[in-house]
Amino acid sequence: PWLLVLLILLCWSVTDTKRVNETWGNPARATQDDPHHQTNSTGHKKAFPVLSFHYEEVKKPLEISLWILLALLMKLGFHIIPRVSNVVPESCLLIFVGLLVGGIIKAIGGEAPGLDAKLFFYYLLPPIILDAGYFLPIRPFTENLGTILVFAVVGTLWNAFFIGGMMYGVLDLLSCLLFGSIISAVDPVAVLAVFEEIHINELLHILVFGESLLNDAVTVVLYHLFKEFAHAGTVTVADAFLGVVCFFVVSLGGIMVGAIYGILGAFTSRFTAHTRVIEPLFVFLYSYMAYLSAEVFHLSGIMSLIACGVVMRPYVEANISHKSYTTIKYFLKMWSSVSETLIFIFLGVSTVAGPHAWNWTFVIVTVILCLVSRVLGVIGLTYIINKFRIVKLTKKDQFIVAYGGLRGAIAFSLGFLLTDSDMKNLFLTAIITVIFFTVFVQGMTIRPLVELLAVKKKKESKGSINEEIHTQFLDHLLTGIEDICGHYGHHHWKDKLNRFNKAYVKRWLIRGERSTEPQLISFYNKMEMKQAMMLVESGSAAKLPTIVSSVSMQNIQTKGPARRRAIPSISKSREEEIRKILRANLQKTRQRLRSYSRHDLLIDPFEDVSEVRFRKQRVEMERRMSHYLTVPAKSQETPPVRKVCFESEHQIYTYDDSESPRGSAQASRPHPSSPDAVSLLDESPQRPSQRGALRTRGDAEVRAKAPDDKEEQDQLKLSRCLSDPGPKKDEEEDGSFLS
Amino acid sequence: MGASQTRSEHKYQDLMDKTGFSVEQIKNLHKRFEQLSGNEETISRENLENIPALANNPIRRQIIGAFFDKRNQHQNEVGSFEEIGFEQFLMVMSHFRPPTLKTTEEERETMRKEKLRFLFNMHDTDNDGTITLEEYRKAVEELLSKSGAIGQEGAKAIADAAMLEVASTNVPHMAPDDFYEGITFEHFEQILKGLEMESRMHIRFLDVDTTTMRCGRSTS
Repeated sequence: PWLLVLLILLCWSVTDTKRVNETWGNPARATQDDPHHQTNSTGHKKAFPVLSFHYEEVKKPLEISLWILLALLMKLGFHIIPRVSNVVPESCLLIFVGLLVGGIIKAIGGEAPGLDAKLFFYYLLPPIILDAGYFLPIRPFTENLGTILVFAVVGTLWNAFFIGGMMYGVLDLLSCLLFGSIISAVDPVAVLAVFEEIHINELLHILVFGESLLNDAVTVVLYHLFKEFAHAGTVTVADAFLGVVCFFVVSLGGIMVGAIYGILGAFTSRFTAHTRVIEPLFVFLYSYMAYLSAEVFHLSGIMSLIACGVVMRPYVEANISHKSYTTIKYFLKMWSSVSETLIFIFLGVSTVAGPHAWNWTFVIVTVILCLVSRVLGVIGLTYIINKFRIVKLTKKDQFIVAYGGLRGAIAFSLGFLLTDSDMKNLFLTAIITVIFFTVFVQGMTIRPLVELLAVKKKKESKGSINEEIHTQFLDHLLTGIEDICGHYGHHHWKDKLNRFNKAYVKRWLIRGERSTEPQLISFYNKMEMKQAMMLVESGSAAKLPTIVSSVSMQNIQTKGPARRRAIPSISKSREEEIRKILRANLQKTRQRLRSYSRHDLLIDPFEDVSEVRFRKQRVEMERRMSHYLTVPAKSQETPPVRKVCFESEHQIYTYDDSESPRGSAQASRPHPSSPDAVSLLDESPQRPSQRGALRTRGDAEVRAKAPDDKEEQDQLKLSRCLSDPGPKKDEEEDGSFLS
Repeated sequence: MGASQTRSEHKYQDLMDKTGFSVEQIKNLHKRFEQLSGNEETISRENLENIPALANNPIRRQIIGAFFDKRNQHQNEVGSFEEIGFEQFLMVMSHFRPPTLKTTEEERETMRKEKLRFLFNMHDTDNDGTITLEEYRKAVEELLSKSGAIGQEGAKAIADAAMLEVASTNVPHMAPDDFYEGITFEHFEQILKGLEMESRMHIRFLDVDTTTMRCGRSTS
C-alpha cells in the first residue's frame, strides 16, 4: 500500500515538473526581468532570500533519479510479494507498472516521456550487453557456435523476408521488408529477463541467448539497407550484393573493433598493480568505447561489446585484484539490472504515450506471422543443423528455442527511429503489440511449459576440482584421439588456439608469474580463495557452519610400510584416556576459538591473489607441520568447508629442543582432538606465544620470498621441527604414526 | 559396384555389430589404421608414438597406453598387448562414439558407464580396481607436465584436494583411523555425475572420406 502512495507521489512530481515548466517558465522569465529593472533603475536591494525554490537548475538530474528510484522500488516491491513473482515474470510486471505510470501521468494531464531512442541505445542497452558478454560462458558458446550462427543469421533473414513478403498485400514491398527486418530479431533483453528465471539447461539457454546477441549484425544491416531503399523505392541486384558485403563488414568489423579494445584493456590491466581502485573503470570504459566506436561506423555495436568482454576477461581477471573483480561483477549486475527495469517501465509508459494507429488486420497478421515464421524457421534450420551436429537437438529443444524467440525493446526503438510518416505509427503499434504478446503470453507460459515438458534444468554446480581435472583431461584425451584418427576436428583447433594463447598472448597481457600458470592451477587457487572467503564470512558471523564430513588428509594419506617410531608406542588404554581428555577440552576451547576467529580473520587478507596464495600455502605448511608436531595445529584459516580436521592425537613425537620446552608431549596439554564431526580446531590457549612466535617468524620469512620458494621454506621448517633428522622429501607427508 | 559394396559390408558386419560404427566410418578408420601401421596387420606403440601431432599432448603416454590395455576390449581380460590389430583399434575407438537421437535412456546410461570405465582404466594403472592417491597424483602430474615447474608444485596439492573431495562426498563420516583406500568405480561415477560423459566424451567420426575426395564417386 505504501508503495502505491509512493508511486503516485513520484508520478505527480514528474508530471508536475512538466506542467510547472510550462507555467513557471514565463513568470520565471518575467520575474527575472523585474529584478533587473529594479536594480538598474532604483539600485535598491531585495531582501536576501533565505529559502528559495530553484527547481529549474536541478530538474534534469532530479527527474532521472526519480525515475530510477521508481524503477528500483517497483523491483523491490515485487520481490516482497512472492506469490505474484512466481507466476508472472518480472518483465511483465514492470511493463504493467509502466502502463500504470503512463496512465496516471496522462490522466493528470502531463506529457509522459517516451522511450527516447538515443537514451536507449547509448545508455540503457550497453550495460546489459556488457554484462551478458563479460560473463558469457565460453565453453558452451564456442561448442555451439555453428548452430548459434545459423540460427542468428539465417533464421533472422528468413524471419525478415517471410514476414515482409507475406505483408506485401498491405503495403509496398520495401516498407514491408523494413518492418519485417525490425520485428524479426530476437531481443537479448527480453530473452535474458525471461530465461533468467526459468533456469533451463545450459545448451538451450546459450542457443537462444547467443542467437539474440549475434543477430544484431543482421538486424543492423537489414534495417539500414531497407531504410535507405524505402526512400529510393527500387532495389537492384548490385544493392543486394552490397548488402551482403555490408553484412560481413558490419559483423566482422564489429568483432574486430571489440577485440582491439579488449586487448587494449587487457594490456592496460597489466600495469594497474599500484592503482587498484581504478581497475574496474578501465574495464567499463574500454568496453563502452568499443561500443561507441562501432556505432560511429554503423558497425554492430552489440557484437563489438561482446567481443570486447570475451577477449578481455581471461587476461584482466588474471591481473586484477579480487576486490576489483567483485566490483566489476557487482557493478555490471547492478547497471544491467537497473537498465532492464527502466527499459521495461519505459516500454509501458511509451505505450500509453505514443501516437497509435490501430489497424486490426495489420496487427493480428503481424503477430500470427511472427509466430509462424519463427516456428517454421526453427524446425527447418534444426533439420539442416542436425546433420552437422554430433549431439542432436530434440523436438523438445526445438520447441523451447522457437518459443523463446521474444521480441523486445530493440525492435521498438528501431521503429521509433524511423522518420515520421503515417506508416511509422502503424508499425509502432504493431511492434508494441508483438512485444506485449511475446513478453506477456510467451513469457508467462514458458515456465509451466518447461515444467510440463520436463525440459532439463540447469545443474547447480559448485566448483568441483575433480570435474575441472577431468574436463581438462578430457580435452587432452579427445585431442589426442582426434590426432590418432587423423582428422582436424574441433578439439584440434581448440588445442592449437590454447597453445598459441599460452605461448604468446598470455606473456604480453598478464603480469608477473601468473602468465605461465596453467588453467588447472588458476582454478584450484580460485576455489581455495572461495572457500577461504566463505570461512571469513562464517567466522565473522561467529557460528561454526555445519560440517558434513570428517574426512581429513590423514584418511587418505598412505601409511607407508616404513613406520618410523620416534618414541615407544603408547598403550591403547592410555591413548583412549588421552583422547577423552582432549575431547573434553575441545568444548572449552571452542569458545576461545570463536573469539580468535572473529578477530583474526576480519583482517582482510584478500587484497591480492598472491597474498591469498601465501596464506593458503602457509596454512598448508603449518598443517603439514601439525602432522609431525604435538603443537596444537594452527587451523584458523582452514576453511571448514574443506572438511579437514586436525587430529594429531596419535601423532605424538618428541622433538628437538630447537622448539621450546615441549618434551614428550602428553595429555597434560589440551590437545585438539578430532571428534567425529568437527572441522575447525583451535590453538591451545596456553601456547599462543610460542605459536605466535612461530607464526610471526613464518610470516616474516614467508612474505619476503616469492611463492616459488615456499616449498623450500616448508622443507627447512619441517626439518628443523622433526626429531628425526631431516625427512626425506617424498616421505614428508607420510607421518610416522603411532597407533 | 553393388557387389563390392555387399562384400565390404560382410567383411565389416561383425565389426559393425560389435562397435556400432557404420560401414563408412569403419572404412575410413581402416584407411587410417593402415596409414599408421605402414600397411601392416598390427600397430605397435612406436607407430602411435610417431604421430607428430601427439608430441604436444601432456597425457600422451596414457592415451597410447589405453589402446594397448586389454581391459578396454570388453573381454574381461587384464594386462596389455604388445601390438593390436584393427579390431582392437576399433574397439577402443568405439568408446568415443556420440549418442544419437535414437539412443534410449538406458542406452545412454550404459554408454556413460562405458566411457567412465575407459577413463577409470586410464587412471587405475595397476589394475586393482581403485585409484589410489599415488595414481591420482601421477595422473594430475602428467596433466600438468607441460606446464613447467609451477605445474609440478601445484600438482600434488591439487591431487590431494581432489582425493579429499571424492572421499568427503562418498564417505562423509570417517573416523580418524579409517583409511580411504582409493577411488572405486562407483565413487568415480558419483563424482563425475555432473559432467554427463555421454554428451562430452566423443569425437566426430567422418562418414565421408576426407583423405581422398573424389568427385562423382558415390559413397553411400
